[in-house]
Amino acid sequence: MGQAAARPVPVLAPSAATRQHAPAMIAFLSDIHGNREALSACLDHADRAGATRFVFLGDYVGYGADPAWCLRTVMARMADGAVAILGNHDQAVFARGNRMTGRAAAAIDWTRAQLSPDAAAFLQTLPLEHAEEDRLYVHADASSPEDWRYVLGAEEARRSLEATPARVTICGHVHVPRLFGLTATDKCTAFAPAHDTPVPLQRPRRWLAVMGSVGQPRDGDPAACYGLLNPGTAELRWMRVPYDVEAAAAKIRRAGLPGSLADRLFTGS
Amino acid sequence: MPHRRPRQGQVIDGFVLGTPLHEGGMASIFEVSHPDHAIPLLMKLPHLDGNDAGHIVSFEMEQMILPRLTGPHVPGFVAAQGFEAPNPYLVMERIPGRSLLARLRELPLPVEEVAAIGAKVALALAAIHRQRVSHLDLKPANILFRETPDGLRGDAVLVDFGLSHHGRLPDLIAEEFRIPYGSAPYMSPGQAMGRRDDPRSDLFSLGVVMYQLVTGHLPFGEPLHLAAVRRRLWRDPHPPRRLRPEIPPWMQEIILRCLEVEPARRHLSAAQLAFELSNPETIRLTPRAARMRRDGWLTVLERRVNRDRSTGPRRQPAPTAHSAPIVVVAVDLREQTTPLAEALRASVGNVLRTLPGARVACLNVLLDGYLTGDAPHDEAGRSARVQRLAELRHWAAPLGLEEGRITFHVLEGSSAAEPLLEYAEANGVDHVVMGARANSMLRSMLGSVSGEVAARAPCSVTVVRPREGAA
Repeated sequence: MGQAAARPVPVLAPSAATRQHAPAMIAFLSDIHGNREALSACLDHADRAGATRFVFLGDYVGYGADPAWCLRTVMARMADGAVAILGNHDQAVFARGNRMTGRAAAAIDWTRAQLSPDAAAFLQTLPLEHAEEDRLYVHADASSPEDWRYVLGAEEARRSLEATPARVTICGHVHVPRLFGLTATDKCTAFAPAHDTPVPLQRPRRWLAVMGSVGQPRDGDPAACYGLLNPGTAELRWMRVPYDVEAAAAKIRRAGLPGSLADRLFTGS
Repeated sequence: MPHRRPRQGQVIDGFVLGTPLHEGGMASIFEVSHPDHAIPLLMKLPHLDGNDAGHIVSFEMEQMILPRLTGPHVPGFVAAQGFEAPNPYLVMERIPGRSLLARLRELPLPVEEVAAIGAKVALALAAIHRQRVSHLDLKPANILFRETPDGLRGDAVLVDFGLSHHGRLPDLIAEEFRIPYGSAPYMSPGQAMGRRDDPRSDLFSLGVVMYQLVTGHLPFGEPLHLAAVRRRLWRDPHPPRRLRPEIPPWMQEIILRCLEVEPARRHLSAAQLAFELSNPETIRLTPRAARMRRDGWLTVLERRVNRDRSTGPRRQPAPTAHSAPIVVVAVDLREQTTPLAEALRASVGNVLRTLPGARVACLNVLLDGYLTGDAPHDEAGRSARVQRLAELRHWAAPLGLEEGRITFHVLEGSSAAEPLLEYAEANGVDHVVMGARANSMLRSMLGSVSGEVAARAPCSVTVVRPREGAA
């Protein structure tokens, strides 16, 4: 896989490791979609959980009523060292080639009018992917990030995993939490993670983790979803954070955006 | 790539390899020592040569599950190193003594001993099931016992989680293999059909172990291929009492219930099975207990034809400690006022109505000081117990519970809290319901029993207090 192997360190019992000092956690936030209430609830939660590094996996805007606030928040976190990559809705704000349809298009047209020139310019600076250590961060299928293909099942996950040398790929775009693993015997497997349960991303397997959505969950649970990785133990957790759905939905209606975008927040659908 | 096997004297990450304990097809096991660890340790090293993915995946699985298990019923996890290292390993607490395998030369074992072993193993299963883990390879070689300070057989310890399933982690075994993995003589019918997510598979395997210990025979033999393993889906074993008539009917009832093909017909939880094994007098006997022969060929043929049309045992969510709890209700017959007795019954009734799988143990504590003789087995003691049992039954009668769902026990001790706490610990109790002591003068003199139980119990405690003036 071309990875320079770090010197292996024995893994101690998790309890013993956490007793001594809380490990530096990396928080992954994807598909915020202009939902201020969900984003601030997740950031508060991640700060309390000991996250010291933040990775934003794209789609800051579209659907929700607070795109400008969400972008300002992400920009502020970036000033503190956070990583942010581009999503398809972000691209649609500035790129003529990226055509949305239906409610998504209506939301993007509305969003474009809300954003300051600075915010719009910021979106244009975002990369399609970011690699660090043995991990790759990307919004959608990593085999061709600019095509915004969904990773829905094991075969799409395999295509993405085989296209890059990363041992762990972390993406969003689907709004449904999933974990795919590529085994030493070349089988690709799918797993629906339970919330707040650390899943060890064991070597030599390679893994593709799909974060749920912060601002518009679609797996039947209306609570906002984000990820926490302990890079020391390679354990990844999907967190669910309840937030003020009523407020977020009311703002969507007040903004004159399609009412169904407000309704779906209540059911997470 | 040729790979050197580990050897005695080698040092891996500070662990010094001592005596080899086991050299199996999948892994080598060594006694190890480490300056930072005072307890006895062992290291398991998977073989890296060979082409079988099975031992690699089962090592990964154990490496994933063992660090997440806690309590006396599993070996404590110490350290692990994955396949990225030149020498992958797993270091855990070494449980001294030999596994149950060593006892197989002495079969059949006395019924009382089999019940005691079975109860201990069932409690160990209850402990891992509560942590969402199904063992799925329960057999004598994987069952050890801790030693109590006075050298007796203590808690059962389950080892080898290489084929286990964790309800909230990816199942690497299921992902990797289409054919079921496990030990053929002990494997449940569901597991033989590829189901890995039902903890009741372990109850079946424990049934096989108890059958073997008490009769000296394996109920389904030692099949060599999967088709032969699946015979147990329709072919029932010889009833234990046919092989050894002195086995009591209750023991046959328990074993044959464990060996039911349909998981829903087995005990609702490992803790409930442990409870029956520790309280054989409370077991409700069914026609299973009286059977002296296997089903006739026509019944078997019918089952086989029906099986072939279906895909195996029906799929229903397995009960958990939450849906099939053991509820203890501590009834203090001396101080019981009518409103408190009613409030206590109402509270227990609510639990039973919402959880049809719950079973109730009604307890009362006979204080040593209550008896002038202080000898619990003399005439006065016995009649006091009988009287208390009658009072407990009287208290519970309005609940209208059928036999088998409720049992009655009089405990003895010098305080009320201690025997209750010991009982809750020893029987895997999930919930204690008890009344608050009403008389405030008594409470200030003796302290609050419910307060002490609530503070120290290993499970939930509900303290019931009727409102002033309730009638």
